[in-house]
Amino acid sequence: MIPAQFDYLAPTSVADAVAALAEHGDDAKVLAGGQSLLPILRMRLNAPGVVIDLGRIPELQGVSEDGDHLVIGAMTTYAAVLASEAVTTHAALLSKAIATVADPQIRHRGTIGGALVHADPAGDVGAPALALGAELVIAGADGSTRTVAAEDFFEDLFATAVGEGELLTQIRIPKHTGWGAHYEKFVRVSHQWSIVGVAATVRSEGGSIAEARVGLTNMGSTPLRARSVEEALVGQPATDEAVRAAVASVTDGTNPPSDLNGDADYRKHLATVLTRRAVLAAAGA
Amino acid sequence: MTITEDRPADAPTPEIGKSRTRKEDQRLITGRTRWTDNIQLPGMLHLAMVRSPFAHATISAIDTSEAKGSSGVVAVFTGEDLKDIQGVNITAWPVSAEQKSPDHLPVAVSHVAHAGEIVAVVAARTAAEARDAAELVDVDYDELPAVLDLKEAAKDEVLAHPSLGTNTSATWQLDSAGQGSGGDIEEAIATAREGGILIEREYRQQRLIPAFMEPRSTVVDPTGEQVTMWSSTQVPHVLRFCIAATTGLPESKIRVIAPDVGGGFGGKLQTTPEEFATLAVARKLSKAVKYTETRSETMVSGHHGRDQWQKLTLAAEKDGRVTGLKVELMADLGAYAALVGGGVPVLGAWMFNSIYKFASYQFNLTNYYTNKTWVDAYRGAGRPEATYAIERLMDELAAEVGVDPLEIREKNWITHDEFPFTTVAGMTYDSGNYEAATAKAKELFGYDELRAEQKQRRESNDPVQLGIGISTFTEMCGLAPSRILGALNYGAGGWESASIRMLATGTVEVITGVSPHGQGHETAWSQIVADKLGVPFENVEVLHGDTQIAPKGMDTYGSRSLVVGAEAVVRAADKVIEKAKVVAAHLLEASVDDIEFSAGTFGVKGTDKGISMPEVALATWTGHNLPDGMEPSIDADATFDPDNFSFPHGTHLCAMEVDTETGASTMRKYVCVDDIGNIINPLIVEGQVHGGLVQGIAQALWEGAEYDDQGTLVTGSFVDYTLPTSADTISFITDHTYSPSTYNSLGTKGVGEAGCIASTPAVVNAIVDAVRSFGVNDILMPCTPERVWKAIQKGRSVPGEGERDAQPHFDEGVPNQDPGAAAEGSQA
Repeated sequence: MIPAQFDYLAPTSVADAVAALAEHGDDAKVLAGGQSLLPILRMRLNAPGVVIDLGRIPELQGVSEDGDHLVIGAMTTYAAVLASEAVTTHAALLSKAIATVADPQIRHRGTIGGALVHADPAGDVGAPALALGAELVIAGADGSTRTVAAEDFFEDLFATAVGEGELLTQIRIPKHTGWGAHYEKFVRVSHQWSIVGVAATVRSEGGSIAEARVGLTNMGSTPLRARSVEEALVGQPATDEAVRAAVASVTDGTNPPSDLNGDADYRKHLATVLTRRAVLAAAGA
Repeated sequence: MTITEDRPADAPTPEIGKSRTRKEDQRLITGRTRWTDNIQLPGMLHLAMVRSPFAHATISAIDTSEAKGSSGVVAVFTGEDLKDIQGVNITAWPVSAEQKSPDHLPVAVSHVAHAGEIVAVVAARTAAEARDAAELVDVDYDELPAVLDLKEAAKDEVLAHPSLGTNTSATWQLDSAGQGSGGDIEEAIATAREGGILIEREYRQQRLIPAFMEPRSTVVDPTGEQVTMWSSTQVPHVLRFCIAATTGLPESKIRVIAPDVGGGFGGKLQTTPEEFATLAVARKLSKAVKYTETRSETMVSGHHGRDQWQKLTLAAEKDGRVTGLKVELMADLGAYAALVGGGVPVLGAWMFNSIYKFASYQFNLTNYYTNKTWVDAYRGAGRPEATYAIERLMDELAAEVGVDPLEIREKNWITHDEFPFTTVAGMTYDSGNYEAATAKAKELFGYDELRAEQKQRRESNDPVQLGIGISTFTEMCGLAPSRILGALNYGAGGWESASIRMLATGTVEVITGVSPHGQGHETAWSQIVADKLGVPFENVEVLHGDTQIAPKGMDTYGSRSLVVGAEAVVRAADKVIEKAKVVAAHLLEASVDDIEFSAGTFGVKGTDKGISMPEVALATWTGHNLPDGMEPSIDADATFDPDNFSFPHGTHLCAMEVDTETGASTMRKYVCVDDIGNIINPLIVEGQVHGGLVQGIAQALWEGAEYDDQGTLVTGSFVDYTLPTSADTISFITDHTYSPSTYNSLGTKGVGEAGCIASTPAVVNAIVDAVRSFGVNDILMPCTPERVWKAIQKGRSVPGEGERDAQPHFDEGVPNQDPGAAAEGSQA
């Protein structure tokens, strides 16, 4: 498995990286953790002239807190996110989802930003990012930055709001301190991409659900947010019966794929079952 | 268990029976060893293959000019360029005299019959340059219609090889009435149809891909007097023979080396187009060359395994006593008859009757060609297919009779006091004790408690149902008595060879004709020889896998190495002792008849005089003081041809939890009690059992090669070909009973394939058992959650849940009704 020849650049600042992108344009590919890009290059499904490695840019690494937000550098590895107490405390849903990604080796290489920009709808980061109302900070060619809400970030299969010459630099997540969370991932073997995944986080109040956020993995060409379910859950007790009724609409507007792991109708059935389970688990039921 | 010998009280504890860690593992696990791809020769060139993207096409033109001009490229060869010297990939087992076998050229000249077939070879200074240039070879194909489905192939409407005029390769039959080993199957079926029970089912053995860890790699150095080929193969000796038979190179001019080889599972029991193409290019250029495949190439070009439809008719009396079994197999050989290829399903012929006493039996096989990757041996080779079929059927019969599936087995199995027993298929089993293995397994499993829990879950309508699956398997291994292979039209014998060299300084070299690729032979053979010759384990070196070092051998496959290969070692050791006794007697000034050999020392009866084996070896080496006329050597060779196969057996019990809401199956408990006779190294056996179990479980749950309707392998990488990892399996409970084989002096039976043969039906039986109350009696493998869930939905939708006709009959004149297809969902 040998990729076609390419030039390799390793800028040490976001400014340099953006400048390199501007210079090479379409001919360049950005390398984050490389867990998707390298197989693509090695199987010669893509042959960029230049690979720009973001691995040596300190400002893209790490988790910090900014008031009522967590700020995660785009090049923070899954393993580093998992090790962050701040994430566990304030965005438990993200921890729970990332804990299911592939295997330990991949979690030590793969990055949260790389996964978000790659935007594979079967990836496990998009749904929790959507459910938690994440904001994505994007650096542009002219040194400017802009912030895009997660709901506007995912545009289509492998397509995001990150435009030509731009880089995702930060993921800002509103703190969901005290919210219960669960990521229900359905796979045949543990290291597999999600067949369907459901990310649910719930704030309980006096034995019933006060607020709920639900994101879906691999139920369409992008991660999806199940707003009708979120609304239906408000005020409901965390019982099997009540949640079963509230999640009935979860497949509205979904358009899941059909492949060797299951056809679209089966995935819709799974989404219904898994959403109920995810919500009940998030609510501690 | 050990081989018992009288030993002095102060003798070291026997090596046989010790759980030694493997002496070869440090270098194998760290990779700091002689993998073929680690070999670098001066001036060596690197190859890349150009492969057909089409399943079936003729080649109208190949333009190599741009590739030849690419950086670092030394040469580009097409099949036309190599056709005089490239040889042909032959089959060693034409199952009938009438078998049709299309020529399998290493590099196709005018016709490609599966996607992935080689059409050109690039040689360049580096592997990267070779790969770059391979992209520049321009091949014009005229696409032909491809036949991709076994049942479509049987219709002969689209031909995989138009020149053959048919897709049928060969047919083969074993009939108990015809050969006099049992009654008439049609009579048994007719009787059962009248007043007994007839179970008619069709099962599918999906196509599997042997996922050995080390991709295949070949280095050829043509610059010496012998052409030397290093290859990641299970069969260096067979490979040398096939090269000599087809390329024009004399056998004496070929040296084949299997250096350290990282797994095979049958997948490297092959002589490959890649090996032959590499040899041809090396000879053309008179330079050393290396080819190492990518995993993507392994998936499309390395041979696949299994791929059968099994139509089965089981006749029984009302009480569940089986009166006959009729097997009608369709086997997909893929595009070519591979080395063993068509013979793999034949190996199942003696195993469908398994451990049971059936009155009549008939096995009918038709092999077909399709435009898919060729198919050959994969761990178990013929016996897993047979075991799956009969163990699934015995569960179906139990359901029909309404008794516990263990009871139905007990009613039909050979009892321990009936050995040796000649089966309805004509095979004589020497030893076994099915009652003992089953009793032990039941106890370890907590059978009755789990049955009680199953009942409780059923009654409470638990969304998670529990099922118990049983597999009381046997298999035939230790390939093989040469006379039987001859009778089956196989192209070689089944003997094995060994030599022992007693070195002057007291260490011992053991040369074995088998070719380990991960099994641990170095360790086990050292244990055996240490005990036999009374030398320290550390002083034994086991050499293998090089036709210059181990000139004779039949290599490693079919769980043969210990039961055939190690027996040859034992016999060579016996000869060493006999020769050394003469020297010892001479040096001790005693009669040979008075010499006793024990724990490494030759003593004189009734005295305390003695001389050690190393002392005898040194004295022989110096030759200063030997008996008159004695050849100064105590080295010895032995070749062993077994009289029979060995017949391991065991009882495997599996509990599966099935989530009826999603169809997901989770293993709850797995117990196996295997009887493999005496055990040399319990740790190695444990590893073989665990690995085998996981591979068999993987067929039941996870693995399956799938093609699209263009003939492209959809499961072309490990993203889609879902291999399990340790994270997907549970801790198995393993144990043994001990019925020694009577066909070798160590009393051992093969264990390499046992777990893989036994586990698949245990898992599927458990899943079907969990959901049988929903009206389900079969689920296609792999039992994906979707298939399980859909089977439950389909079962539930039928009125009178659980009361459906459990035995739909095959309609007259309709050969294959594919009852499993409805549960298959959207997958082709």
